[in-house]
Amino acid sequence: MAANAAAQTAAPAKPDPMQRRVAACASCHGVHGEGLPGDVKIPRLAGKPAGYLLQQLEAFQNGQRHHAPMEYVVRQLSPEYLRQIADWFAAQQAPYEKQPVPAQTAEAMQRGEQLVKHGDPSRGIPSCESCHGSTLTGVEPMMPGLAGLSYAYIDAQLDAWRTHQRSTDGPGCMVVVANRMTVGDVTAVAAWLASQPPPANLHPLPASAQKEPLPGWCVIGKSEVQR
Amino acid sequence: MRRWRHGIWTLVLLLALGLGWWLFVPGRLHEPTPAQREAESAQLHDPALVARGAYLATVGDCAACHTARGGRPYAGGRALPTPFGDVPAPNITPDAETGIGQWSFEDFWRALHEGLGRHGEPLYPVFSYTSFTKVNREDAQAIFAYLKSLPAVRQPDRAPELAFPYSVRQGLVAWRALYFKPGVFQPDASRSAEWNRGAYLVQGLGHCNECHTTRNALGAMDEKQRLAGGEIPAQGWYAPDLSTQPGGGLAGWSAQDIVDLLKTGQSARGTAFGPMADVVRNSTQHLDDADLRAVATYLQSLPPRTPAAPVEVARAADLEAGGKLYGERCADCHGQDGKGVAGVYPPLDGNSSVTEPTGTNAVRGVLLGGFAPATAGNPEPYSMPPFAQQLSDEDVAAVVNYIRQSWGNHAAPVLSADVSRLRHTPVD
Ligand code: HEC
Ligand code: HEC
Ligand code: HEC
Ligand code: HEC
Ligand code: HEC
Repeated sequence: MAANAAAQTAAPAKPDPMQRRVAACASCHGVHGEGLPGDVKIPRLAGKPAGYLLQQLEAFQNGQRHHAPMEYVVRQLSPEYLRQIADWFAAQQAPYEKQPVPAQTAEAMQRGEQLVKHGDPSRGIPSCESCHGSTLTGVEPMMPGLAGLSYAYIDAQLDAWRTHQRSTDGPGCMVVVANRMTVGDVTAVAAWLASQPPPANLHPLPASAQKEPLPGWCVIGKSEVQR
Repeated sequence: MRRWRHGIWTLVLLLALGLGWWLFVPGRLHEPTPAQREAESAQLHDPALVARGAYLATVGDCAACHTARGGRPYAGGRALPTPFGDVPAPNITPDAETGIGQWSFEDFWRALHEGLGRHGEPLYPVFSYTSFTKVNREDAQAIFAYLKSLPAVRQPDRAPELAFPYSVRQGLVAWRALYFKPGVFQPDASRSAEWNRGAYLVQGLGHCNECHTTRNALGAMDEKQRLAGGEIPAQGWYAPDLSTQPGGGLAGWSAQDIVDLLKTGQSARGTAFGPMADVVRNSTQHLDDADLRAVATYLQSLPPRTPAAPVEVARAADLEAGGKLYGERCADCHGQDGKGVAGVYPPLDGNSSVTEPTGTNAVRGVLLGGFAPATAGNPEPYSMPPFAQQLSDEDVAAVVNYIRQSWGNHAAPVLSADVSRLRHTPVD
């Protein structure tokens, strides 16, 4: 981590001013938002949809999402500056790095794949792909990707929705999805997703890729900033 | 470090209870006639009055306390931490049932000026009425007009979460008798109009004393030490001396430095962080230049009061370790000479938040990192990485002692036990 901060501040000939401004973010998320190999609970930011990143930053500000050090760091920022920061991380290219996945039974991996590709109609769970995109790299402007996330991070997020530690404006899509899953489903889906080699292009699909309307209970929060 | 001794409190409060019941007369003091009410409400709709009230409410930073995180402005709900428990700020939107919709101006004046609720009950002094009492009636009227112009939000107040005996409001009667003198600001004819304006803003609406003055074991401010700096109860920050005190005060600050800090969140002498960043972002950045200059003029007239105590020097080995860490982790931004980079990274040399007596701010600054506040004058601030995950308690103490005792700084060393305690202090 120190190396990140140091490498970042050892000014290259023409430092990208935004890169220097967000030194605090870089110390946890990596210089280009590539995530942190040493800490699987810190998500990557590079290439995620800008609208989604902005909405999450606002959620850390207004208390819908919790992580004390991050809440402190974003507390003093204006909506406009948050938007610039979100745009900057969304535009970053960063190589993917594989993270460890705990061993699972073959049945669990099958169940994981089933949920990702087909969902479980008997429990009212749509497939993850139906929202997160057929490539699982997300859809512009608000839908995040699942490809390239670590097991520990996916597992922690699904848990956070089940315990209402993470929320969004309006009826949150993932609160519904996560609460229709069993504890076993959470492990299975996190393990399957984190075991897949992600596609070379981790950038989200264009908005036009979302053909089916989202279910009525899935309302994606509105940002304070007009995009 | 902790100055609060619950024992004394308990004793005084128990005594006070006896007295309190006797002194406390419940009930509203003066009920306005319907005709008076009508006249009052017509006057309150004057747009110029409402606009002035909006400005004054910003100076008083009423919204910061009276708005819950992510909640509707002025609808209350934010719990203010005190060493005795949490006191939620009430709803002050004009909702008839849950806000101040039914309040007359006299009710409001009594709250602001005397610290009494609508039914005559004494209010907890975490509501800054010990400062707001200095606000004059015209300004109070403008603030009232502004609050009455807000959209009414229906949101019932929560009850304070205080342990016995602090939970008994009547206990405040004795506290008030000892420590609270209601009284509007009295101008000093021997001083300039600008000085008087500054004094009025700082001592009154701006309530700078509420943080920048030491409190005694009963949570009251020492009159003689006004603005001489103090720990903020229950929050784990130190608000430095605002007088011209050297080493931890504003000695060496120009009036422009003070104006810059309050207007943009950064200055040639340091940036605003922690609770001061909130104050700048929500309140002082919106003040007009004449008011900011008045504040600076007043602060620059305050003589140093704390005699400089001899300072213990940190162990040479610790300073060496701290210096090495500083070179590796900090010098890229703050400079080997501690001078920072103008407009980008604050200087640490001569920075009063680095040299304040307790070392709290420097330790928390290093643990938490963060951005200076984004303001109209500095919309894209730079940031500092949080070092909580990267440095041990010993390392943080070493680097903090290095910056407190290098260049022109001579402040007492901190211990790794202080760092360990501050690591676990919640941020809000
Ligand atoms: C102290 C380390 C730390 C710092 C500093 C930090 N973050 Fe984070 N960030 C985290 C962690 C941990 C999470 C995951 C929190 C959770 O589990 O919900 C996170 C989550 C996020 C997310 C949500 C990502 C997603 O896919 O849902 C965004 C966006 C983000 N951070 C942006 C930033 C930005 C921008 C900054 C600088 C202004 C920053 N962070 C500073 C640790 C940090
Ligand atoms: C109905 C649409 C929908 C479905 C189906 C869905 N998601 Fe989501 N998911 C979302 C939305 C919207 C978000 C953004 C959440 C937010 O704004 O809080 C999200 C976010 C996430 C995130 C957080 C990403 C990050 O970077 O923090 C994870 C992990 C996740 N979903 C996993 C899943 C899994 C696993 C499935 C399949 C079992 C699934 N989702 C199915 C809509 C959906
Ligand atoms: C430091 C935080 C803080 C600030 C700043 C603050 N208040 Fe308050 N206020 C409180 C708290 C807490 C209470 C409740 C006290 C109690 O319950 O005894 C309160 C009570 C009140 C009340 C009494 C309401 C009732 O229902 O009894 C009024 C009126 C009020 N404040 C107005 C204001 C105005 C006007 C300003 C700005 C000039 C302001 N406050 C600034 C914290 C604050
Ligand atoms: C909520 C508590 C709080 C209030 C109210 C408050 N301050 Fe501060 N102030 C602090 C803290 C804590 C610091 C130390 C952190 C820093 O340096 O920014 C500080 C720092 C300062 C500094 C800079 C000192 C330095 O070394 O950088 C100045 C100048 C200042 N305050 C002026 C004011 C004025 C003028 C007011 C009233 C209008 C005020 N403050 C109200 C908490 C407060
Ligand atoms: C990437 C650049 C960077 C690095 C590295 C850095 N800082 Fe900072 N530092 C800043 C910025 C920007 C601020 C102002 C923002 C703030 O106060 O939150 C700051 C503020 C501070 C403050 C508060 C002073 C004030 O007036 O705001 C202290 C104390 C401090 N730094 C100490 C250190 C120490 C000690 C280190 C090394 C362990 C360090 N910094 C490393 C950029 C940096």
